[in-house]
Amino acid sequence: MTPVRSGGLLPPTVFGIVCVPESTNKSAIHGRLKATKAFRGGWKPSLREAADAKQIVTTQPHPKQNFNVDTMESLVSKTIEPQTGKFLLAIESSCDETGAAVIDRDRRVLSSVVATQHELHERFGGVVPEIASRAHLERILPVIDEALRHANLRLADLNAIAVATHPGLVGSLLVGLTAAKTLALVLDIPLLSINHIEAHIYACRMAAGRDVFPAVGFVVSGGHSNLYDCVSPVEFQLLGSTTDDAAGEAFDKVAQILGLDYPGGPQIEVIARQGNPKAIHFPRTFLNDARLDFSFSGLKTAVLYAAKGTPGARAQPQPLTPKRIADLAASFQAAVIDIMIGKCDQALRRTGRNTLLVGGGVAANSLFRQRLIELASDRKIELIIAEREHCTDNAAMGALGWELWERGLASPLDLDVKPGLVRNRKPA
Amino acid sequence: MLTWIRQNDNSLVCHVAEEAETNSVGRQIALVLNAGDVVGLIGDLGAGKTRFVKAVAQAWDVPEDEVNSPTFTLIQEYLGRVPIRHCDTYRLRSPEEFADLGLDELFASDGIALVEWADRVVEYLPRDRLEIRITIDSPTARTIEVLATGKRSRRILSQLAR
Repeated sequence: MTPVRSGGLLPPTVFGIVCVPESTNKSAIHGRLKATKAFRGGWKPSLREAADAKQIVTTQPHPKQNFNVDTMESLVSKTIEPQTGKFLLAIESSCDETGAAVIDRDRRVLSSVVATQHELHERFGGVVPEIASRAHLERILPVIDEALRHANLRLADLNAIAVATHPGLVGSLLVGLTAAKTLALVLDIPLLSINHIEAHIYACRMAAGRDVFPAVGFVVSGGHSNLYDCVSPVEFQLLGSTTDDAAGEAFDKVAQILGLDYPGGPQIEVIARQGNPKAIHFPRTFLNDARLDFSFSGLKTAVLYAAKGTPGARAQPQPLTPKRIADLAASFQAAVIDIMIGKCDQALRRTGRNTLLVGGGVAANSLFRQRLIELASDRKIELIIAEREHCTDNAAMGALGWELWERGLASPLDLDVKPGLVRNRKPA
Repeated sequence: MLTWIRQNDNSLVCHVAEEAETNSVGRQIALVLNAGDVVGLIGDLGAGKTRFVKAVAQAWDVPEDEVNSPTFTLIQEYLGRVPIRHCDTYRLRSPEEFADLGLDELFASDGIALVEWADRVVEYLPRDRLEIRITIDSPTARTIEVLATGKRSRRILSQLAR
């Protein structure tokens, strides 16, 4: 473990989050640190020590939070059943959304709870890591509890825990992972490590309600623009990704240039409806290149120059009237969508796959969805777009955990987060 | 051929006409960096900060297309001959948020750290660092100013001007 994470960044363990009131009970805090140390070192505490942790839970309930302590208690005292059941709890905390979902073996989502932090981040114009991890700390247990309640289950009914471990913000990921490890340890059920980006593609499998692999998978969001050759649900080969900004990031930055609110994607989509997509011709970088990568940085700069004026040029830019803003938004959106559609088309041709899976926040864009439908009908391929509620970050897509579990791909309890994107490029 | 103009003991400046020359500036600077060095990048949206990071990373044997904007994770690490750590503080609105990213890890002595929008988080950067200010002169031309803020970075500067 790196020295940094054991410093200020480390979130307390699950027991500490909810149940230890701030700076009152020294032994509770001591217990929390002890538990933390044990997890970080990969050492498996005995059940007796887990029971000690239970003491903290039961003796120091947090006065403010509406967390069902009985549920926690029943989980520790329960005799562990053989893994014969059919309920998976998935946890998601990679960026600014805290999610928990219960999915059964047939990939039916019994419950999916997402606590979003948009209102916290809005005034900052983006995700702020410390706010994100603090909010995850506050929300994770109530969110898990809510997911169980909706599914009409107790913790003891769960048979596996899936958690997004990469990529994401390190502090945020650690909150979800620590909660997941704790539950896996105490319930003695398998812990499954989910790649957040692959889970976005797996959301398409859930929308279809049947096996959809092999396929080309496209995840397009504020942090990613990745194309994969999805050989199977657990075998994703990266075909291409962004060389600079992600598509959603370009939406956010352009929204900021145009003086629109965060998050930029929905704002641009709405304003673009009033604009002319052909008013300004913006560059479509790499569109005609053989490589399946993206570059949106030049496009962002082109919008900046069009909006604020070209540096060194004498000509003044057109004033940013509502009409001009709408035209800029529409023209920008048209360029991004042209690029994305072009690359999906290329990836389908290159791999020879007949199915296209699209997930991630930008897939909620209506114009993009419409263009995807046209592409699919032109190329006579099957298109599956994740359902809107599964396009943004959520835990239900952690159903991918079932695929791992069915293949015996569980993770040990010393599992760590991998915040940076791990690249596994398929040679061209 | 790039011409460095020495402004004073702590600063060199260079004018480039196109992106390819920005790349060679990045490469040149990369060659005089060592593990443990910290580089702060300052410049407007579209100035070419990420472009510059790519050039430095490439000079340290990181495949060019591995380097992108670390928006989702805020810090990205690339494995070249030494680890290259790339941080983009664009989305942060307060320097304290930067401090929470894990600075010991970012500035660890085994790698080179590059921080975009360094002017937003000055108080959390090491006192001795190399500062690169990129000014947009035209859509392709840039003025690149390299500033040293201490003994270690002055040594880098002197190697660069040789």
